[in-house]
Amino acid sequence: MKYLGFAAGFLSVSAVAAAADTRELTVYTYDSFVADWGPGPKIEAAFEATCDCDLKFVGVEDGAALLARVRLEGERSEADVVLGLDTNLMAAATETGLFAPSGVEAAYDLPVEWADPVFVPYDWGYFAFVHDKGLEPPANFRALGESEVSIVIQDPRSSTPGLGLLMWVKAAHGDDAPAIWEELADNIVTVTKGWSEAYGLFLEGEADMVLSYTTSPAYHLIAEEDAGKAAAVFDEGHYMQVEVAALMETSDTPDLGREFLQFLVSDAAQSILPTTNWMYPAVMPEGGLPDGFGQLVTPEDALLFPPEEAAAIRDEALDEWLRALSR
Amino acid sequence: MAARAQPVSAWPGAVAAALVAAVILGTLGTVAATAEAGGRFAPGDWAALRFTLVQAVLSAVLSVGLAVPVARALARRRFRGRAALVALLGAPFILPVIVAVLGLVTVFGRAGWVSAGLGLLGLPPLSIYGLHGVVLAHVFFNLPLATRLILQGWQEVPDERFRLAAQLRIEGWAMWRLIEWPMLSRVVPGALAVVFALCLTSFAVALTLGGGPRATTIELAIYQAFRFDFDLGRAALLSGVQLVLTIAAASLALAAGAGAGFGAGLGRAVRRWDARGRAARAGDAAWIALAAVFLIVPLAAIVAAGLPGLADLPVQVWRAAGVSLLVAAGSTALVLALALPMAAAVARGRMGVVEVSGLLGLAASPLVIGTGLFILVRPVADPFALALPVTALVNAVMALPFALRILGPAAREAVAAHGRLALGLQITGWRFMALVMIPRLRAQIGFAAGLSAALSMGDLGVIALFADPETATLPLQVYRLMGAYRMEQAAGAALLLLVLSLALFWTLDRGGRWHAEA
Repeated sequence: MKYLGFAAGFLSVSAVAAAADTRELTVYTYDSFVADWGPGPKIEAAFEATCDCDLKFVGVEDGAALLARVRLEGERSEADVVLGLDTNLMAAATETGLFAPSGVEAAYDLPVEWADPVFVPYDWGYFAFVHDKGLEPPANFRALGESEVSIVIQDPRSSTPGLGLLMWVKAAHGDDAPAIWEELADNIVTVTKGWSEAYGLFLEGEADMVLSYTTSPAYHLIAEEDAGKAAAVFDEGHYMQVEVAALMETSDTPDLGREFLQFLVSDAAQSILPTTNWMYPAVMPEGGLPDGFGQLVTPEDALLFPPEEAAAIRDEALDEWLRALSR
Repeated sequence: MAARAQPVSAWPGAVAAALVAAVILGTLGTVAATAEAGGRFAPGDWAALRFTLVQAVLSAVLSVGLAVPVARALARRRFRGRAALVALLGAPFILPVIVAVLGLVTVFGRAGWVSAGLGLLGLPPLSIYGLHGVVLAHVFFNLPLATRLILQGWQEVPDERFRLAAQLRIEGWAMWRLIEWPMLSRVVPGALAVVFALCLTSFAVALTLGGGPRATTIELAIYQAFRFDFDLGRAALLSGVQLVLTIAAASLALAAGAGAGFGAGLGRAVRRWDARGRAARAGDAAWIALAAVFLIVPLAAIVAAGLPGLADLPVQVWRAAGVSLLVAAGSTALVLALALPMAAAVARGRMGVVEVSGLLGLAASPLVIGTGLFILVRPVADPFALALPVTALVNAVMALPFALRILGPAAREAVAAHGRLALGLQITGWRFMALVMIPRLRAQIGFAAGLSAALSMGDLGVIALFADPETATLPLQVYRLMGAYRMEQAAGAALLLLVLSLALFWTLDRGGRWHAEA
């Protein structure tokens, strides 16, 4: 039985949990948030400087996986705060009954009214098609459909931007959405599992445009000093992604959790987000936006379904999308 | 046959097989049990099933069909750089999907090298997107594996056979009928089953290069059921369908691949006295060159993309590389601990169940295994603390089918050839393993270990579900860098991954053959 002994020993080696005396706050978030170049480490340092506590981030793939994880764990979850859901996931999150009112008050700088007592918006952005500056981009979905411009998009079944695009077309064109998708079908080079694959293909030159965010060019501008990328402005408006955080009903340190959520909309945290998460801050920091963000395009109209409506539309929109693109 | 005494016992292998089956079926059952109501097939799932089968059959037939002449050529020729080429053959299918796809796109894409060349001739660019793109990528991933598996079959034919054939002037058709065809008919069905099963669970490749929703596979449907709809019942049901398909394919392959071996030889390198003609040489050279170009050019694209980023890799990438090496080491040890007794059990014959259990790993969805393990581990320990051991365990289960394919036939030969003598000398059980089996299987153990280690290095599956900031593996770090727009560093990290995986593979594979190819 030597093998089994080996296997068992191997499994138990790291099963030792560390106990801590200081207050501990566990925050579940998506994976890119906790990466060393993401906002996680800086947020952690800034919060720990004020709270006399230990902030522990746990990264789980993306927003959709994050919600699946919390649903799986249910009331036994160790998470005190969940950070990284968006308005498209909020209805499903509310339905779990796992989240508690935040008590957070802030003067949000969002293009939409925000009055939700549970979910705290911490940053936001517009979905947009990013292209090289040499390209003269179409002005809306109809023009895109009629043009020869090629695009890469993400699959709504496996990625949150992909789902955002479904909502965008639906919000802009309502019942005409299926017709728009049929027009777009021959512009779509391919559909990828996630954002990374799509953006990678775009950078390889496989398509003229890629579904991303209006803030994407800011990265190239600020971090790479490359002014060659731009986001196309569509005159029917741009769907927004508002990223939210919420306190778990089951948290054993709800006060510390609320403290963290309030910190999240404070100047200290908000000034970190633009150049780490590459999104707009939910509350404008005193110092304003970083250089480079001023050169970004701003859509005239912000489109956003309220959470319940988004959840209700989702399945129908997915059906229409599948039907149009499976021809 | 059943009553004959055997030098090895079957129970350690049976225990190992039961363990593997428990991990895969237990996690599936756990997910199904957690589901609120029974799952049902959605309308799109039938289309997904059909597409999955079509692309997997095409990919398997093409990969293995092309691998036969390539392996034959490699088996018959000795040339400078042959060892390096054979080692490189391990490379494509250990790469993270996104890296391999971007490598292929650089070569075959709309803005790729081939299209640029066509443009110079005034021809339209290639389109890599569609069923043909999926199959192209799957052949790129699996041709090397199939070649290695078949090449091994060739090398297991005792040199004495060819020596005798040469003396009897057996060449051409007779050689094919007497030696090559019997060998292939044993090895090819297994290779087909492995490649088929691998392509069955493909998802990111099929979606990205398939061009869109038409290229939906069952694995994507599982993903959707779990992540989009949180319908665990449907996820479990679809995962079950995937398992049934693999078991069916595996059973067919095992039935077809049964048959007697070639008896014992002294284990010298294969030398061929036929095939010395000019036409045979030119043919072999052409096959080797074609395969090399097809495999190496996309790899070269990955190297070219990665070199600029290699210089300023962040320290986290190096840390992740260390984590990946650790996981690979644990996973490899586990694979050998499971596969050797299983191979011994298989060698006794009539152990189809053990073989099928070993193949389960190919069909299981990492998402479902990961989720099931998570549900199981949760009440007793912190899943995040267990992230690395769990990843190593799942990687081991996933690599087991390959290890078993590699070790099985050789173990059978070893028992058939030396079993009686060993029994006469009362060398049985552990002593047979230590004195006969392991030394005879050294080359195969090295190959299996190298492959498992490299596969584990490249795996993204479970770690993405369990990761916390400190325990990222290298493939996960590649994705994180891409997610932060750092494409150049991501390409550099991908190149590092390629180099480390190849080095690991080469070292272990080489170690196994040390002094064995005199």
